[in-house]
Amino acid sequence: MKIKTPLSNEDAKKLKLSEMVYITGYIYTLRDAGHKKLVEMIEKGEKMPFDFEGNIMYYAGPCPNKPNEVIGSIGPTTSIRMDKYSPTLIKEGLKFMIGKGYRNDEVNETIDNCDGIYFVAIGGAAAKMSKCVKSVEIIAFEELGTEALRKLYVEDLPVVVATNCSGETIY
Amino acid sequence: MRKIKSSIIVEEVAKLCIDANCNLSSSIYNGYKEAKLKERDKLSKDVLEILIENADIAKNEQKPICQDTGMAVVFIEMGNKVVIEGDLLEVAINKGVAKGYEEGYLRKSVVKDPIRRENTKDNTPAVIHYNIVEGDKLKIVVAPKGFGSENMSALKMLMPSDGMEGVKDVIINTVKNAGANPCPPIIVGVGIGGTMEKSALLAKEALLREVGESNKDDYWKSVEEEMLQKINKLNIGVGGFGGMTTALSVNINTYPTHIAGLPVAVNIGCHVTRHSEIIL
Repeated sequence: MKIKTPLSNEDAKKLKLSEMVYITGYIYTLRDAGHKKLVEMIEKGEKMPFDFEGNIMYYAGPCPNKPNEVIGSIGPTTSIRMDKYSPTLIKEGLKFMIGKGYRNDEVNETIDNCDGIYFVAIGGAAAKMSKCVKSVEIIAFEELGTEALRKLYVEDLPVVVATNCSGETIY
Repeated sequence: MRKIKSSIIVEEVAKLCIDANCNLSSSIYNGYKEAKLKERDKLSKDVLEILIENADIAKNEQKPICQDTGMAVVFIEMGNKVVIEGDLLEVAINKGVAKGYEEGYLRKSVVKDPIRRENTKDNTPAVIHYNIVEGDKLKIVVAPKGFGSENMSALKMLMPSDGMEGVKDVIINTVKNAGANPCPPIIVGVGIGGTMEKSALLAKEALLREVGESNKDDYWKSVEEEMLQKINKLNIGVGGFGGMTTALSVNINTYPTHIAGLPVAVNIGCHVTRHSEIIL
């Protein structure tokens, strides 16, 4: 199935568990260090660098791009390291995430409560996934290098539904 | 004595870093293809096809197979008749790692301090293991290690009375606990014996073996086969989506140990478990 971002609640509800989904549109990358910063910003009451409504966060930090490339290799990183921060971001309105591997019970419950979706990308298929990225822009935390917050435009990025809107999970 | 210039080591280490990260070993690549033939589930087949395509793109364009281009683990076997001219060997290796990660557009993933976490920006320092051997050659193995799989590894100091069953439990439980996190199909490196750090090193070295290469001792070869079968019945599967291909290989290395101990280390390697080597 193909989906477009921002993802509407109606479209999200149509997604079936363990279904392969191809995403087109803008998505946002962030890893451990950036999550820590976002949570600190929320605690201080600061405005988020992008609107969470309907948008998808991808847990990833790319390789540097060669001069002729849009982006270097970019696959998912292990999601459980974000679990400490995710409930805070989800409460702030972030409902859709892409990562790799299982989440803890608290995150699964928070995703379930907000009718969110947790997608997993194919770990290690990073060269292939870089081909789906058509543009990239750093929108915050440039000092974090690979861990900066990047806005990517992707076409047909392959991911699998790991936790659906009904709270069912493949793990 | 045979003299080797440190500048040659810098160049070779740089090339090995790039080669290991961009060119998947043929034994793993063939492992994907065999698994694709065996799997019945469509999602598993589709994911294996993506992994095959990914390895092809990486090779053709000389770009990293995975964005986690790892911390560089370097194994040195230095002949006792070799002298390095110029920089110290350690300095030369680290210069090579910095050069390879910069010129190969590889990700710099190393932080200076485990708590204060400032990126060193050139992926140094490498983790280096030295061995002195007979002869006038210098063997360099570069094995970049990603941390999705490294984080799922484990070490346990068993009691001798725990025996083989205890060892098997550690292996199976480590793989079960890892689930989808280390990017299956995995390579399972196991080190049994020695001291605490020796078992960890044995496990790391076990990851350097090609898929299909067994322990030369028939007893341990049969344990490797039994463990591989059991792991592939855990239904973790390719990408963690279920199926019969959780691991491509279980590699066990052993060493003599103390009368009071039975150390077991399990080092998990992902589906791109990398290493490249050269003999100078």
